[in-house]
Amino acid sequence: MMRSLYAIYRKEMGHYFVSPVAYVVVAMFLFVSAYFFNLYVREIVEQSFGMPADFDAPAQVLRAFLGLLALLSLFLMPMVTMGLFAEERKRGTMELLMTSPIREADIVLGKFLASVTLFAVMLLPTGLYVVYIWFHTDPRAPLGIVLSGYLGILLFGSCLLALGSFISSLTENQLIAGALTFGLFLLLWALDFGSRGAESPLGQTVQYLSVIEHFEDFTRGIIDTSGLVYYLSFIVFFIFLTVRSIDSLRWRRA
Amino acid sequence: MIEVQDLTKAYGPVTAVDHVSFSVHEGEILGFLGPNGAGKTTTMRILTGYLPATSGTAKIAGFDVTTNSLAARRHLGYLPENPPLYPDLTVEGYLDFVLRIKNVPPDKRAARITDALEKTNLGDKRHELIKRLSRGYKQRVGLAQALVHDPLVIVLDEPTVGLDPKQIIEVRHLIKNLAGTHTIILSTHILPEVSMTCDRVVIINKGKIAAIDTPQNLTMQLKGAQRIVIEAQAPEKPLQELLAEISGAQSVEVSPARASGHVTATIEAASGKDIRSLVAAKVVEKGWPLYELRGVSLSLEDIFLELTTDDAEHAQESNESEKTK
Repeated sequence: MMRSLYAIYRKEMGHYFVSPVAYVVVAMFLFVSAYFFNLYVREIVEQSFGMPADFDAPAQVLRAFLGLLALLSLFLMPMVTMGLFAEERKRGTMELLMTSPIREADIVLGKFLASVTLFAVMLLPTGLYVVYIWFHTDPRAPLGIVLSGYLGILLFGSCLLALGSFISSLTENQLIAGALTFGLFLLLWALDFGSRGAESPLGQTVQYLSVIEHFEDFTRGIIDTSGLVYYLSFIVFFIFLTVRSIDSLRWRRA
Repeated sequence: MIEVQDLTKAYGPVTAVDHVSFSVHEGEILGFLGPNGAGKTTTMRILTGYLPATSGTAKIAGFDVTTNSLAARRHLGYLPENPPLYPDLTVEGYLDFVLRIKNVPPDKRAARITDALEKTNLGDKRHELIKRLSRGYKQRVGLAQALVHDPLVIVLDEPTVGLDPKQIIEVRHLIKNLAGTHTIILSTHILPEVSMTCDRVVIINKGKIAAIDTPQNLTMQLKGAQRIVIEAQAPEKPLQELLAEISGAQSVEVSPARASGHVTATIEAASGKDIRSLVAAKVVEKGWPLYELRGVSLSLEDIFLELTTDDAEHAQESNESEKTK
């Protein structure tokens, strides 16, 4: 039922934007990303002297910047998701939600969508940097990379949030939830380093499973079906697990 | 309105609720009475759909809480043991959220909030953040949450915990006023609460129902026996012997009273015999000044102890309660 889903979504948004959570996370994100953006621009402009004429400096800056956004999300998103369910359980408000006429899926989706919204709000101001590049380069920076890159980062972040929701539903302890989310995601990311350039079927499978491997396609301006399928199934899978996990809370409580 | 059949809940080898059956009629207030760990909260959590039962069925407003859970929950208001509050919301914002997840249409929400705040005496805290409220106010916000959507059935787990005596009286009044239009189950370990507010009482112990009846009937059950307490200025031993001789006296306990030289004696008499005048005559005959003589009718408290404690424990506890008197 849309109405209950919206009720949860609305409450979560209120939680983010009434409390300092959102402001702290967004401010940190902007501060660090602005610093690095500045750094990348300078470095890549310097590099570009003495490079062949087809060296695409704006694309290089964008690519580096998008990579940075992904890395920053890896650090900040666990802080957003760790409380999603752990806090409700600890406070006892889970008992209110679960005895109200709403489905577990509404609770999970409402919370997930709210966290994705927070993530999008975080990303929004970084668009200013991209606009800056757009107006200060000749030829213009490639729009394709900008659009596919932002789609990629949004999908990448949503994966983080879905996994984080699931882990938060497993424990009452926020710190455990945050640390586990961060660790697991780092691991999924690192699969890429370990398997880069692998020829064997196993190596290729492992590489397919790496979250960052697909993201790199997006930063090159390619929207690959395989990447889309990977991210969407990742999200759906963990949302599904979260719903099951919330449902099983009734049975697990001893 | 509420039908519970053979409800059982086992946590591994421990049976928290053991084949419990009862029903609550529309508009009735049912009190759940029992020592800590008796299975009150577990029963309530099953009723509200928070926990699944191991076996047995429970129905709210005709809907099974397991197989038709959403429909059953639609008619339910529930105050858990710890009020489920969001500290960062205002009282009004919180109740608005509750109305939303209870599927109350938008045009009715404002009126429902005002009504609930009025009933729970929270009008002046409407715009206050919940985290700034005292324990008693938080408890009342929890109560407002349970009734804000005007449900048919209201389940209250220890609704007066954390309130001061004045607030307790207010809440009891509130609960009494809710009856009639709402069906209420409340749990408590405070006995007067049950006799004051409830139409019927379920006494539950170790997961099993020990008794179900009206508070009056439960009191009547044990009224057969009579208990007399006297205070006199007399030597303990001879007084004990004297009273024990009275025909009809089943047991006599003598202990020093607060005033020096005074003793109090508690006499349990067999049912149907009024031995008060006999006791008075005997004591006065001896020339011992008699300061007090009163008959004590057994309270719900005694019945409760009778039903929920083993005999040895019972004797000890009633001794203690005598002393504190």
